[in-house]
Amino acid sequence: MKKDGANIVKAYGDRLGDGAVQLSFTLPMACSARAREAAICYAQHMGLKNINVATAEPAGDSHTFLVLYGHSNLSIDVDLLEVPEVRATERSMHEVDDLIAREFDRPLVLVGACTGTDAHTVGIDAILNMKGYAGDYGLECYAGFEVYNMGGQVCVEEFVARARSVGADALLLSKVVTQRGVHKKDATSVVAAIQEAGLRERVVVILGGPRVDHKLALELGFDAGFGRGTRPSQVASFIVDELMRRRVDPAVASPTEE
Amino acid sequence: MSWSGFPVDAEQVRVARALAQRIAAEVLRFISSHTTVSIERTVLRALGFDSVGARATPVANLVVDELLRRGLLGAGAASWLAQVMSRTDQTPREICARIAMSGLHAGLFSPVEQGGADKARDAVSELTARAALELGARAEQRDALKGELGVGPRPGVGPRPEVGPRPLKYVIVATGDIHDDVLQAVAAAQAGADIIAVIRSTAQSLLDYVPKGATREGFGGTYATQENFRIMREALDQESQRLGRYIGLTNYSSGLCMPEIALMGAIERLDYLLNDAMYGILFRDINMKRTFVDQYFSRRICALARIGIMTGEDNYLTTAPALTAFHTVVASQFINEAFARPAGLPPSLIGLGHAFQIDPAVDDSLLLELGQALLVRTLFPDSPIKYMPPTKHMPGDIFMGYLLDGMFNLVGVASGQSVQLLGMHTESIHNPFLMDRFLSLKNADYVFCAARSLGQEVRWAPDGKVVRRAREVLELAVALLEQVAQKGLMTAISEGLFADVKRSPDGGKGLGGVVARGEGYFNPLLDQLEGRGDPR
Repeated sequence: MKKDGANIVKAYGDRLGDGAVQLSFTLPMACSARAREAAICYAQHMGLKNINVATAEPAGDSHTFLVLYGHSNLSIDVDLLEVPEVRATERSMHEVDDLIAREFDRPLVLVGACTGTDAHTVGIDAILNMKGYAGDYGLECYAGFEVYNMGGQVCVEEFVARARSVGADALLLSKVVTQRGVHKKDATSVVAAIQEAGLRERVVVILGGPRVDHKLALELGFDAGFGRGTRPSQVASFIVDELMRRRVDPAVASPTEE
Repeated sequence: MSWSGFPVDAEQVRVARALAQRIAAEVLRFISSHTTVSIERTVLRALGFDSVGARATPVANLVVDELLRRGLLGAGAASWLAQVMSRTDQTPREICARIAMSGLHAGLFSPVEQGGADKARDAVSELTARAALELGARAEQRDALKGELGVGPRPGVGPRPEVGPRPLKYVIVATGDIHDDVLQAVAAAQAGADIIAVIRSTAQSLLDYVPKGATREGFGGTYATQENFRIMREALDQESQRLGRYIGLTNYSSGLCMPEIALMGAIERLDYLLNDAMYGILFRDINMKRTFVDQYFSRRICALARIGIMTGEDNYLTTAPALTAFHTVVASQFINEAFARPAGLPPSLIGLGHAFQIDPAVDDSLLLELGQALLVRTLFPDSPIKYMPPTKHMPGDIFMGYLLDGMFNLVGVASGQSVQLLGMHTESIHNPFLMDRFLSLKNADYVFCAARSLGQEVRWAPDGKVVRRAREVLELAVALLEQVAQKGLMTAISEGLFADVKRSPDGGKGLGGVVARGEGYFNPLLDQLEGRGDPR
């Protein structure tokens, strides 16, 4: 919807600009006419109009499950949004390997881990292990990378110590467990430890996980964030681009200094 | 209901079982000559060592660590206890309380004359025999309530129980706070769940002690403690009475404290424990010798308390693709069974796990899943089969995810799985909300009702995709078992034959806690569990 040159959008049901949304939630009260009314009132306070309670049913004796439809008057000018995106060229494994062979006189050293209490290595394994993910080879397969996958439940000190002892060019941190924001706390402590060790400017630091996006990763002090569905070659390509960028312009080595 | 109509090569099944027994036998020889810190702590705990000392360290850990340090653990913690009893004339509980108050001192470890200790040994044996009787009584109490109320839907409510089998509906709670867990578990029971599993905090498998008391903070789950078990079982007992059907409870006897958690589960009347002979080795990098010795002892306790174990082969399919790795699941099930039988577990208490994890983009994935599920059902006709839901290919699109779970439920009911771990359409997003669990139960209720007798109506084409998939998986499983039998299990694991994970016999966590049994090794709890108890 263009108005005065602005690019305004609203939620779309079946007519442009109708603001239709679907919503489902639970109220911690027995299912009753009062629960239904409470849900309508709740949705109104969220800014919805013309509320239609599609279903209100008991989820156990003291909870009500609801599905609601309504219309919102909110509109967003999408041109005004700031959306950081990972800057990296799409490359295949062979293209990345060729580039490393051409631009660097040695393989690039990568260290990956899930730190803290997180034992879910499915993410870091998908990126690093040979087998890779979605038909895309993992970084262990690349001739241009020397990979150390430390696995799960690694303490931050060990992670940083390994980064130092093997002379890492890039660190990959994966956080899967997100209960009570633990992934953010842990990720922040990793960046702090890397900074304290004086490695931050030399090393590319990457955060991955199903609840991670690039914006969050930048906020937490990482160079890039990769979420659900990321293929290993995307990470590989970013690492090479970022290391080359730093070589050209050491002043922009760390985004925290920008 | 019989699933024997599904064609499986009986000769290959016989070969697979024989190979698995050969594989287990070699490891069982190692098991019978070793003990672990966790086993010795269990012996002490069974005698009432359940206090904690300074910095919340369990007294059982204080004592066993000191015995290990002094090189005395090979005689068994019960030998030490008998010596202290003969010297102090105190009961185990009194000794434990004193250590909790004032810590260890050298005098506790000075040797005493043989005669006094012999008498005290008899006393320790007698106390242990009483503790074992008490565990048996707890199991009877549980089984009586189960018998009185019945498991599954009441007659006249929901689908008619007399028409075909129906998987039990198993859901997880994982808030990190045991009191929130109770609220969610009770709501799930009211919405139709048959079994509640409390997921553990992710770090717990690597703790070499069991925390004490009720806990309100965990990551990705709630700590397994005896008090948390008690709180949840009490709430479920009440709710079972109110609903008129028995709600089962599951926790995890895995990680570094398998035997201790099995004991706590037995005391608090748990129904099931996740317990696998190899899971900790492969997925938590726990030392294989430690795991093998611990799993045997924990299974002995489960056998005494009639707790059903559930194995964790479903996890193999989270690291390796189901399409190419399902035979590793089947091979491992045979091995798990071969370890469980010598530990005294009958097939009815050996729950075997697998999962619905084929990439939904694959043609005929539903048929391939059916072939796998029917194969597992047929291979272990007297064991409960635990069927795990799609997680690896669960999309962020919850509506698509809900459909995927519906297909999973369809395969579950059509292939006679015993326990259906209900999938969550929000699997890839967060730990389940109350409403996620509610919707998931609705999904299962609908599909289980709609396809109730499907399995009995259908005859699979002898050379069709379903039967061919089952045949292919079994052939590969037998070939893998042959390879493992040739190499020995420890070598096979170190070469990465399971789940693509390589673990060496002397690597991983917890090896320091494995000790060779010395001459005159004294373990009265093991004597009870292995039926050598002196009935006084």
